[in-house]
Amino acid sequence: MNVSNTPILSFVTFLPLLGAAFIAMLHNDAKGNARWIALWTTLLTFLISIPIWTGFDKSNAGFQFVENAAWLGTIKYKMGVDGISMLFVILTTFLMPLCILASWESVQERVKEYMIAFLVLETLMLGVFCALDLILFYLFFEAVLIPMFLIIGIWGGKRRIYASFKFFLYTLLGSVLMLLAMMAMYWQGGTTDIPTLMSTKFPVQMQSWLWLAFFASFAVKMPMWPVHTWLPDAHVEAPTAGSVVLAAILLKMGGYGFLRFSLPMLPVASHDFAPLIFALSTVAIIYTSLVALAQEDVKKLIAYSSVAHMGYVTMGIFTFTVQGIDGAIFQMLSHGIVSAALFLCVGVVYDRMHTREISAYGGLVNRMPIYAFTLMIFTMANVGLPGTSGFVGEFLTLLGAFQANTWVAFLATFGVILSAAYALYLYRRMIFGELVKPSLQAITDMGPREIGIMAPLVALTILFGIYPAPILDVTRASVKNLVATYQSAIKTAEAKP
Amino acid sequence: MPRYLVELAPLHSELILIIGAMVLLLWGAFRPETERQADIISWAAIGVLALAGIVLARQPLGNNTLFDGSFRFDAFARYVKMIVIISSAGALLLAPNDARRGKYLKFEYAVLLLLATAGMLMMISANDLISLYLSLELQSLALYVLAAFKRDDVRSSEAGLKYFVLGALSSGMLLYGASLVYGFTGATNFNDIAAVALTKGAGQNIGLIFGLVFLMVGLAFKISAVPFHMWTPDVYEGAPTPVTALFAAAPKAAAFALLTRVMITAFGGIKPQWQQIIIFLSIASMVLGAVAAIGQTNVKRLLAYSSIGNMGFVLVGLAAASPEGIEGVLIYLATYLVMTLGAFAVVLCMRRRSGPVEEIADLAGLATTNPGMAATMAIMMFSLAGIPPLAGFWGKYYVFLAAVKADLWPLAIIGVVASVVGAFYYIRIVIVMYVNDAKSGAENRFMRVPLRESTVMALACLITLLGFLPFPLRNGSLGDWIIATASAAARSLFG
Repeated sequence: MNVSNTPILSFVTFLPLLGAAFIAMLHNDAKGNARWIALWTTLLTFLISIPIWTGFDKSNAGFQFVENAAWLGTIKYKMGVDGISMLFVILTTFLMPLCILASWESVQERVKEYMIAFLVLETLMLGVFCALDLILFYLFFEAVLIPMFLIIGIWGGKRRIYASFKFFLYTLLGSVLMLLAMMAMYWQGGTTDIPTLMSTKFPVQMQSWLWLAFFASFAVKMPMWPVHTWLPDAHVEAPTAGSVVLAAILLKMGGYGFLRFSLPMLPVASHDFAPLIFALSTVAIIYTSLVALAQEDVKKLIAYSSVAHMGYVTMGIFTFTVQGIDGAIFQMLSHGIVSAALFLCVGVVYDRMHTREISAYGGLVNRMPIYAFTLMIFTMANVGLPGTSGFVGEFLTLLGAFQANTWVAFLATFGVILSAAYALYLYRRMIFGELVKPSLQAITDMGPREIGIMAPLVALTILFGIYPAPILDVTRASVKNLVATYQSAIKTAEAKP
Repeated sequence: MPRYLVELAPLHSELILIIGAMVLLLWGAFRPETERQADIISWAAIGVLALAGIVLARQPLGNNTLFDGSFRFDAFARYVKMIVIISSAGALLLAPNDARRGKYLKFEYAVLLLLATAGMLMMISANDLISLYLSLELQSLALYVLAAFKRDDVRSSEAGLKYFVLGALSSGMLLYGASLVYGFTGATNFNDIAAVALTKGAGQNIGLIFGLVFLMVGLAFKISAVPFHMWTPDVYEGAPTPVTALFAAAPKAAAFALLTRVMITAFGGIKPQWQQIIIFLSIASMVLGAVAAIGQTNVKRLLAYSSIGNMGFVLVGLAAASPEGIEGVLIYLATYLVMTLGAFAVVLCMRRRSGPVEEIADLAGLATTNPGMAATMAIMMFSLAGIPPLAGFWGKYYVFLAAVKADLWPLAIIGVVASVVGAFYYIRIVIVMYVNDAKSGAENRFMRVPLRESTVMALACLITLLGFLPFPLRNGSLGDWIIATASAAARSLFG
């Protein structure tokens, strides 16, 4: 029941690239023009992407809006979305205009290049979620490194070079191993077509190796403990909008990868390695929450809290229950909104004070009431307070985990308590108390541009917290299908020996 | 056309190059020795190369052997010859500007380059131990002179001498190997050697194996595979930069084609014996190329280690010893040629008013002082690092694809890890250009990029960026065409 036969996915994916080409042709001094073109391009991309949601057939578990064209020999240019990937496309197109707006004043150097990098980045991220060919997916997945590397390296903070190298090499090392696994899948399945490979039965022995290779890539991207160490560095050094994209979208590629490749293609290995994932996830949830508690840098604290929240996602995915996976997807989307908002909030004060030290703030509520209110909503959402979107995802993943393994659910629940501890502690130190620091006396509240950025995020956080159906309806059919195929695969595997 | 010329059809491109070289040599010798003359002659030499390329492209395929089977023209030969001709022409196009500024613009340069190219084309078609040696020496001798072409410069003379001594050593080993192979098989023709290698027990024939090993050592010198790479950084650094640009691509491709033909055609029967050697060479080259490059501060030395590493990656395809593997080799060589020319075009433009500079640190802040040049270098570096969708990725993709099919897992895993290590020094250059600040002052600025260099840069960027994307060029993309041609070429070798 597609809206039409127009290649809407390709159009949405490559529209930002067109905008980037326009900006590239501008004169070097045309800062304002570069910003406006970038903003309009991202807004237009968002508008055009809306029909993907409205025209999406919720009862269909398969891929929709499929495009297929010849490319290189056996490698096809194949795009399409299902219930799992569609919302990530929307999330990406939704957040990009906000990112551009957030960099409106904070980026003053090489504006043109900055905007080009962001638009290229948008194309590549959208491509990751739309690609239905292994190599096409890999191409987008890996190419993301180039603009992100440049964004951190050029417009980042003091230790940006170290951070950008670490980011680049960590993720590259994970991905090249995945590439080898993809090649092995190609020789085994005879195709790089993702839907075909989903129904291919890989030998059990082979599955373990393939799974580990994919795990190497996605675990770094997620990031899972203990390969998460690149994330705090990258987050801290990246410019605000870079952190937003990193936390909100780039991290989701790991979770998406597990859902798209590991689970459907390698079900037996996924089943066998689930305890490993549970162990790493619980460690991530508890350990990184504790680490977050000790941070002195706001961005670092949010980065560690991201790692902890991603722990819920991996845990939810590998419960192999409908609730767990639904919750994981919801958690990813919610975290996409909330962490983006938190980084934007940090950006607001960073633009004014140029420091990320928590101790440099305090008593902000006296001078910045709107800011205090906004930050409170996102802090609560980060904690997972009922009524915010953070609650739904955490609750569903814990529900799934409870069915799969009570102990895991029990331990993971501590994460909820700890997240409340570090988030509220942060909030108290920054917002409450007397405004004693002389440097803060002249600080101003959020301006209209900043309120404009935050308003949609606040609205969505509350909306999805109260009424999560729009998201869960979309994912339901695909997730049910995923769980059903997984269970039948496990049944056959257990019946065989 | 006389009958003997028709019969020599597969050899036409070589003939054109040799006759062209002779004519230009006489022309240059009897005209006043001015820079203008030298420039004209180098344009004429590019014309000769272009003509040879056109003739080559129009040459019908088929089972063409000449001279009692010692010269073989097939799809494989045509493909690699095309690469060699293009990279020679590119290197020649890049030469005159640098030579004029460095005051070594002489017409012999173009003549020597044509002779070397003719030798390379013969190497690619060599199907006999004797034609192998003759063609190899023809190209080597010309290249020794080219390395020392800046004859008043100590470094250049040193490079030429080093190249000559080590090259002669490797030729000696190669000859020794050839004599052993001849002694134990009684044949010099590859097909006759293959017949012996296919017999039962050939793998236990110690004499044959020894001959094979010495042959491989000699050829490994030419492609600068570790542990026979020692000459590469010194020669790359010392030789005039346009010569280095030539060394990095054309002779490597030709020697690699020769190695491939010897291994697949002549010694296909004892594959297990040589496969392990190739795997060792490959791993050693990839790892050393990646690790040793990290400490380099000179761009030309860095590119030397990069070429060592790249040869390691190409060897991955040969190690697979399958049509897919050779296909990967051929695709890799094509993409590598483009990246090499692009990168060297940038290096050639690293010239201040005070003279050329070669340190990586001199690239600092290039993104602000010369964005086009910085963007070219960045694209080449990301491509050499193997980041998709750039062309360099596809070369790596196809060689590793073959290695995975051949179940060479340790090789594949070490290879991709080495490529990550290699990525470190490639992106370090990007960081230097885009993050570090330029030294202020007009005397620290690079001189304007000449037209020829900027043309090469633009072409290299276009091909690297767009070559493998689904942009239709008549039917299919350039990448499509390269892959299809490489596939046919690889299969022609397996007959």
